[in-house]
Formats: sequence, structure tokens, C-alpha cells
Amino acid sequence: MRIYLDHNAGSPMRPAVHVAIAHLGVAVHGNPASIHRAGQRARRALEQAREQVASLVGASPRAIVFTSGGTESNNLALFGAARAADGKRKRIVTSAIEHSSVMAPLSELEGRGFQVTRSAPDRDGCVDPEVLAAAIHNDVGLVTVGLVNAEVGTIQDVAAVARASSRAGALFHVDAAQTVGRIPVRVEDLGCDLMTISGHKIGGPAGIGALYVRPGANLASTMLGGPQEAGLRAGTPNLVGAIGFGVAAEAVSNALEDERARIEMLADALLNNLLRTIPGLRLNGPRHGRVANTLNLTFPGVLGESMLIALDLEGVEVSMGSACAAGAVEPSHVLTAMGRSAAEARSSLRISLGWSTSAKEIAHAAEIIARVWRRVANAEPTDSAEAAR
Amino acid sequence: MSARVLVAMSGGVDSSVAAAMLHEQGYDVVGIAMRLTPEGLPAPTRRRGTCCSYEDFEDARRVAERMDFPFYVIDLRADFAARVIGNFVSEYLNARTPNPCVMCNREIKFDRLWSRARALEADFVATGHYARIERDPDGTFHLNRAIDAAKDQSYFLFTLGQRELARTLFPLGSMEKSEVRERARALGLRNADKPESQEICFVPDGDYASFVERAAPSAEIRRGSIVTGDGRAIADHNGVHNFTVGQRRGLGIAAGTPMYVREIRAETGEVVVGSRDQLNSAGLIAEQVRMVDPAWFEPARCEGGEIALEVKIRYRHPALPARLRMLSDERAELRFEHGGPAVTPGQACVFYHGDEVLGGGFIERAVEG
Repeated sequence: MRIYLDHNAGSPMRPAVHVAIAHLGVAVHGNPASIHRAGQRARRALEQAREQVASLVGASPRAIVFTSGGTESNNLALFGAARAADGKRKRIVTSAIEHSSVMAPLSELEGRGFQVTRSAPDRDGCVDPEVLAAAIHNDVGLVTVGLVNAEVGTIQDVAAVARASSRAGALFHVDAAQTVGRIPVRVEDLGCDLMTISGHKIGGPAGIGALYVRPGANLASTMLGGPQEAGLRAGTPNLVGAIGFGVAAEAVSNALEDERARIEMLADALLNNLLRTIPGLRLNGPRHGRVANTLNLTFPGVLGESMLIALDLEGVEVSMGSACAAGAVEPSHVLTAMGRSAAEARSSLRISLGWSTSAKEIAHAAEIIARVWRRVANAEPTDSAEAAR
Repeated sequence: MSARVLVAMSGGVDSSVAAAMLHEQGYDVVGIAMRLTPEGLPAPTRRRGTCCSYEDFEDARRVAERMDFPFYVIDLRADFAARVIGNFVSEYLNARTPNPCVMCNREIKFDRLWSRARALEADFVATGHYARIERDPDGTFHLNRAIDAAKDQSYFLFTLGQRELARTLFPLGSMEKSEVRERARALGLRNADKPESQEICFVPDGDYASFVERAAPSAEIRRGSIVTGDGRAIADHNGVHNFTVGQRRGLGIAAGTPMYVREIRAETGEVVVGSRDQLNSAGLIAEQVRMVDPAWFEPARCEGGEIALEVKIRYRHPALPARLRMLSDERAELRFEHGGPAVTPGQACVFYHGDEVLGGGFIERAVEG
């Protein structure tokens, strides 16, 4: 039995999505921009998907721009805002624990003359909203904050940041790739101008995502070509992906409260079980104020890399930090920003539950994780491994 | 349930075929590529064919995908830097000529990787080395040369003792290299004709001296003079790490007859040169001596405390007849039966009896007449 506990990397497609895509058949084909009937049907399917995604986050459908995923949405938000600013307001405010698809564009913008202010989190991964808000002056063009951190699950309180951005006339972008589908998200409540949504994190297909763009927000296109997606994202949209994304969004809308409660119960059970069986185990991130599905755990006396491989060989699929180009794992920059040592970061794993996780899987996983930890700690204690470092 | 074996895969032909053969034999194969060389080395390090370039990992991954066994890249850079590169640099600074492949086998493949194997509940570690392990009916393991004499790598493996041999597999030891390439082609491995890696993986340009200079604090560079046998200084040099015993080129001196490095004195920084015939030695002192099968050194088997064997003092040298006498638990004196060539402190000296590796050590110094 394989137990998939890496939903933050990507959730399996929901059954309704499989069904919808399998039944597309020949009914939907062609280019939504075409004049003929095939094009019209494709366009209708695309717009229906847009409505479904919009509805999930309480947005108007015309505010939803389909992209190839969370990374493209973040790139469009950051580079599009920079381009629209047209040389003015060259300061950007963010946190030190953003996803690489935010960090890398920001480094690039720094190279182009922008100044980036990065606010450090506390030990739980919380970025102080007052500190962020205080950094937002009238020279700030863009504020970008990940609403839920992918690695530890900390939920940021952005109300004050939204108010400060609005007051300063800065665009406020929220990366909600790890939030939508985990907790209720309404763009009006957040007060954001831009919001990143990912398809496969909510049980849709990979290769599709969206950027919410508040109507009237000053954003420029970064993909040039045809007039698709209100001129913000040229290119024929990924129709099959969008349809799957829409169906997933609708499934989430209907199931979110039940699903959230069930996942929270399972995750708490897993955490409590492991805290009992693994002395010295530590949860990274707050006990409350976290999306319940994400458990980032420091396992005493072992290398996370060994645990991860050993668990995989036992059928339990979890993750650690991020994979490097060579396929090895690098210690998490989020954990080190939260004040963990490199050694602690190397001993940490991320376990993330999702819609498909069952109570039986969690019971099995709890038993396997404790057993594997004992074996790895015994066979390859970090005392000797760390001595070499 | 079949035995699990962790196969160290570099992406090269040898380890790919080793993994594929074990998989075909029904072992529960887990492929492991080790990330060893640090970031920040000069670009050529990531050149194809050195053992840890990303492209090579992808080749290994492709083999695993094709054979459908799990494959992982593990990060042993810190261990490699501390235990192999650190040793390499300090040996050169101390006027010795290290053998990092021996150290990598001892410290990484058959130590760190074995700990990892136990963590992953593996019964064996396998590599694509050309050497053979045999087991006596009484349970004693023997390490033997490979069938393919040109490829034999037993020299690099002398540090393996009974404990290690019992849980190690060398599937290629009984094969010719040509057969291995044939197997690789038959298996559809796209790296079947890939060139062999030759250089030391973390010094791909072969310029050891520059590597040492980049890695070592300048205060530790031991400069000094090139001197003749009678102590006459004939030139200055930029550090003892530039020299190895037996070296002729690059001494920066003009002499009527060819001059060779005879000895390097770390304490004084003196590099002693002499003519070719002065290089020869009568024997050597070996340190960190380990025996594959300690029974070879039981008194009953050693006449007068001595044992007749053959010794290889460099990988590409032939084994020379010699007599070994243990000086203590870990030190031994070897005397060549017919006189010997230049011996290079720091290099491995490996003891053979015919095809069997009896053990070995590292050369501490030469023994005169």
C-alpha cells in the first residue's frame, strides 16, 4: 500500500476531475478564440471553468486570468506589476519565507534596480503584519506575501498589510497557492489586488493555475501575443486543464468545510501519535494558526534525507525542503529563516495531508514513521553524520 | 522477500550494468547516486564523465526507470569534503601523495553508504568495481583480483575487512570490460559507449597543486628549496605540494643529467633530487595496515615472523615480490626481494598473494639498503 502524504507538492486529481476530463471526448475541441461553433463550445467550457474558479474565491469571473500554474501566476503578478509601474515606485515589500517562484523574480527585479524589503518571520513562521505594514510607504509599488507557507503551513494575518498597501497605493499580491482549498479564501475579505491560485494543489490537473486580478488593478502583461485572457496572458488557454481546474474548484467549494474538519482530525491524530512515540519530535510552525494538513516535523537524531528515502521504500511518500537540480534535497530556507539550524533543517520532513487521505492510511503511516525513525536513528545517527560537517 | 541491495550508481557503464544485473538476478535493488563534490569548484567539475555531474545522475536515473527500481540522489558532500578532500589536501601539504579513491572507498562507499544501507534495511552494498569476493566454506571472505586484469580495481579496495566483504557485492568482478559494454548495449543503456572517468572527480583538470592552493590556507603552504643529496640548495620552490617522489618534470632546474624527486621533507620544506638510480629503494614502511583476513598473520603461517607476498605500491605498477614483517598492530616493514622502484609516501601499498588481496596500508617512507 502506498500512502501519499505530499499534498502540498501536488494533490492527486479528484475523481470528479478524472471523470470530467475523460468525458470531454470530441465534444470540446478547437480554440476558444475561433469564430465557428467548435470555438464557441470551447469558449463556453472555458468560461464555465472561469466561473467555477472565481466562485471558489468569491471573485468576479472576469477577474480570473488562467495561467500555466502557480509559478506563472507569481511571475505575472511580480513582473506585470513592475512593468506597469513604468519606472516609478521601485520598492517591493515581502517576507523572507516566500516560495522560489516569488523569490527568484524578486532577485531578478533587484538586478533591474528595484529595492526589496524582506521581513523575517518569528520562530513559528509568522511574519509580523505590523512590521510589514510599517514598511509600506508611498514609494512602494508592490507588496507580496504568501498567505500560507508551503513548508510549515503558517497562516499569515494580512489584514493590516492590505490596509497599508491600499493607503500607500501599492498593489497587494497574495500567493494563495497553498491556501485555496485548505481554508476558505475570499478576495474581498483579504483586500488583495492580485492572488495566485494553483490547479493541482486543489486536486485539479497540474499545468493550470490562475491569477486573480482585481478589476482596475494596474497590471501589465508579460506574455505578449494575442488578446487572450483580457490581454494579460497571450496564448491559447489550456482548455483541458482549465476544465479540470474548474471541476476541482467546484468540488472544493462543496466539500471544503467537511474536508477541512476531517483532515484536521487526521493530522492532529497523526501528530499526537508521533509526539507520543518519538521522544524529542518537534512541530515546526504554530500549533494553531496553521493549515491543519501540513505537519513539518524535526525528527531527533536522524537525517531527513535518510528518513525520506526509508519511508518511501516503506510506501510512505513525504517531502523535505526542495529538490536541487541534481535531485538531492536541500535544507529548507524557510526553516533556517525561522531560526532553525542547518542541522535541524536537515532533520526535518514535511508531511501534508489532503482530500484523499484516509484514517486507515494515517494509522498505518503513524506506525511506519515511528518504526522507520527508530531504525534510521539507530543505523545512522546524526551524531556521526554531523561530526563531519 | 528478496535481499535488498543498495547499488552505488554514478551513471557510468559499470555501475549501471552492475545494478541491472543484480536487478535481473532478483535482488531488491535500490539505486543511489552520491552527490560528493562541493559547489564552487571550477566549472569543469561538472563536465560529463567525472563521477558526479548532473547529466551522469540523469543517466543513472534513466537506468533505474528502465529497470523499474527505486533511485535516489543522496547528499554526502559534507562527509566527502571532510574525509576525502580534507585528507587529500593535508596529505599534499605534508609532502605526501594521497590516493583519494582509496579514501573514498574506505570513508564514503564502505562506511557512510553502509550506514545508509542499514538505515534503509539493505542487506548489501554493491558497486561497479572490478574485483571479486569469495567465501570459504568456513565463512571466511576473500578479496581477489578481477578476471579482467586490465580493469582490476582490487588495489583500491584493500581496506575492506571481513565485516565489509560479508555485505558487499561486486557483480562485475568476473566479467571482461568488453562483456560489460556488451551487456550495457543489450540492456539498451544509452551510456554503453560512454568514455571512462579517469581523473580524480574533484580535480577534473588534473592540476592537483592549484587545487591544494585554493583549498589550503596560505600559511600552510610549505615553500622551500630543491636540494641535492649532499644538501646543496639549487633552486627555490613554491610548496612541497607541487612534488611527488619519482617526479621528473616541472622541477624548474637545469641539470646535465635528468633529475628526479627522491624525497620530500615536510618539516624543512626541502625537496631532495637525485639521478634515476638513486630513486630505487630496498623496501618501505607501511602504516595503517589492515588485513582482509587476519588469519594470514597468525604465527603458524608466518615463517620467522615474515610472510612472502607481492606488493603493489601504485595502482598501475605490477606487484613486486616482497617480504613483510609486522612492526606493530598497524605498521609493517616490507623488503622487496629484488630491490624496488621509488616509493611514494602517502600512496597505498597493497599486499597480494597471487590473485588474492591480503591487505594493505599506506606508505610511510622508503627503507634504504
